[in-house]
Amino acid sequence: MTQSLNRIAAMTARYYYILRSSWLRLLEIVYWPAMQMMVWGFLYTYLYDSKSAMASTAGLLLGAVLLWDVLFRGQLGFTFTFLEEIWSRNLANLMMSPLQPFELAASLMLMSLIRLVIGTLPVLLLTWLLFGFNVYAMGPGLIAFFLNLVLTSWAIGLVVAGLVIRQGFGAESLAYSIMIVLLPLCCVYYPVAALPVWLHPVAWSLTPTYVFEGMRAVLLDGTFRTDLMLECLALNAVYLGIGFTTFVTLLQSARHKGGLLTMGE
Amino acid sequence: MSRIEHFLARRHLTPVSPGTTPTQGNAPDRLDIDDAPAIAVESLCKQYRTHRAVDEVNFIVPKGWTVGLLGGNGAGKTTTISMIMGLVVPSFGRAMVLGHDMATERHKVLSRMNFESPYVALPGRLTVRQNLTVFGRLYGVANLKAKIEELIEDFELGDVLDRVTGRLSAGQKTRVAVAKALINDPDVLLLDEPTASLDPDRAEWVRSRLRAYQKRRGATILLSSHNMTEVEQLCDFVVIMNRGRVVAMGPPQELAERFKCRDLDEVFIYLARVA
Repeated sequence: MTQSLNRIAAMTARYYYILRSSWLRLLEIVYWPAMQMMVWGFLYTYLYDSKSAMASTAGLLLGAVLLWDVLFRGQLGFTFTFLEEIWSRNLANLMMSPLQPFELAASLMLMSLIRLVIGTLPVLLLTWLLFGFNVYAMGPGLIAFFLNLVLTSWAIGLVVAGLVIRQGFGAESLAYSIMIVLLPLCCVYYPVAALPVWLHPVAWSLTPTYVFEGMRAVLLDGTFRTDLMLECLALNAVYLGIGFTTFVTLLQSARHKGGLLTMGE
Repeated sequence: MSRIEHFLARRHLTPVSPGTTPTQGNAPDRLDIDDAPAIAVESLCKQYRTHRAVDEVNFIVPKGWTVGLLGGNGAGKTTTISMIMGLVVPSFGRAMVLGHDMATERHKVLSRMNFESPYVALPGRLTVRQNLTVFGRLYGVANLKAKIEELIEDFELGDVLDRVTGRLSAGQKTRVAVAKALINDPDVLLLDEPTASLDPDRAEWVRSRLRAYQKRRGATILLSSHNMTEVEQLCDFVVIMNRGRVVAMGPPQELAERFKCRDLDEVFIYLARVA
């Protein structure tokens, strides 16, 4: 157990060294979410000031953008940290060391969280200072939303990392594109009711749907839907299990296929 | 029957070429052939769709020996080494390291192994010190600071210790990679072209460090190289592969005599053309 923790700490230190080796990398983590928030923030201000029928939904929009970014950046943080190993041709060094797959996954999760905090905190501050949108208005529910979205982002990150190990650089673009598939189905900007009825089961099979429905319940009705969050947490436990199993299975499959030694060449 | 032939026969393995008597002068005194070998490759095959990269390869590396795995490009050396490291699962047969099947039990032995290969790089954005620290912690090295100091002295890394690894010269990178390969004092060391990017002087310097390490620790080394002089200097025994098969094995000097060649270079060329 102690050795496992030591290896996780060693890997986290390795990723931290990379992060601090370049201020541009640090800036990039903050830059994209901040720019996106500026665009949506100004739209929020415009709608809010217009006193139109859309004014009441402006807060929902900004909340949705913030939470979507947690999901998106969480997955990117996980996957990009993993891709560093491929880009630096270091994967075989790790696979030949006593590092276990779950230890690698744990360090990637930890790093994803660190990157998320670095990227999200300045944006939250910016949103509050520039647009007067206080994310803490969501109350303690915010922690549940954040936790569930982060767990989902890790489950997706594990699958993408497994696919990159199995398929090589061909699967690299999934790191950027896979989340877009979820965007229309997990009802980020509209309620599930807006989807055709036949898509409802698909939407409810996706954990972010629970979070965005929960967020709307908080901001529109002022109620925190514990039931939604617990269902979401249970579903996330299943998805994390599936994600890790997929990662290990694809890693094993890559060992049959060969190419782990030369990956990144 | 030589001791290695005797060992292979007991394990129902057959050497590809007869006359594999090891040269006693090169062999470590403490060799006990009845011990489980450090590496045992048994009927090893790797099939990729229509291409068989490794075909029925058998050899052993007794503990404390340095064995060279030779062959031209595409001979199957890297695939064989990958299977010994457990990075590739064999289609048939098995690769055992310190008594453990590397396809299924590699986690039991990885902390006692290490490797260096030109296909693999150390993270270029980390400094040499950071890289050695990370790998030392991954291998659970006790008293890591002292170990890193020892490696810095052995491999004369003091000047580059706080430099970013990616900006080092090819020769410096090789020295750092070999230092990383020794960070856990491995019992089994796998080296793929360890001196490929070094000038002759530096190459000899690295070889002397490897010899010193091998002598001090009694470690087992399996190395692949195209440099026959290096192989003759370092190896007690060589295994020559061609098109996925072992075509000859024996001590370097004895192979030269067997094939009526002046040196291993000629043996290599002869086998590459004939086989």
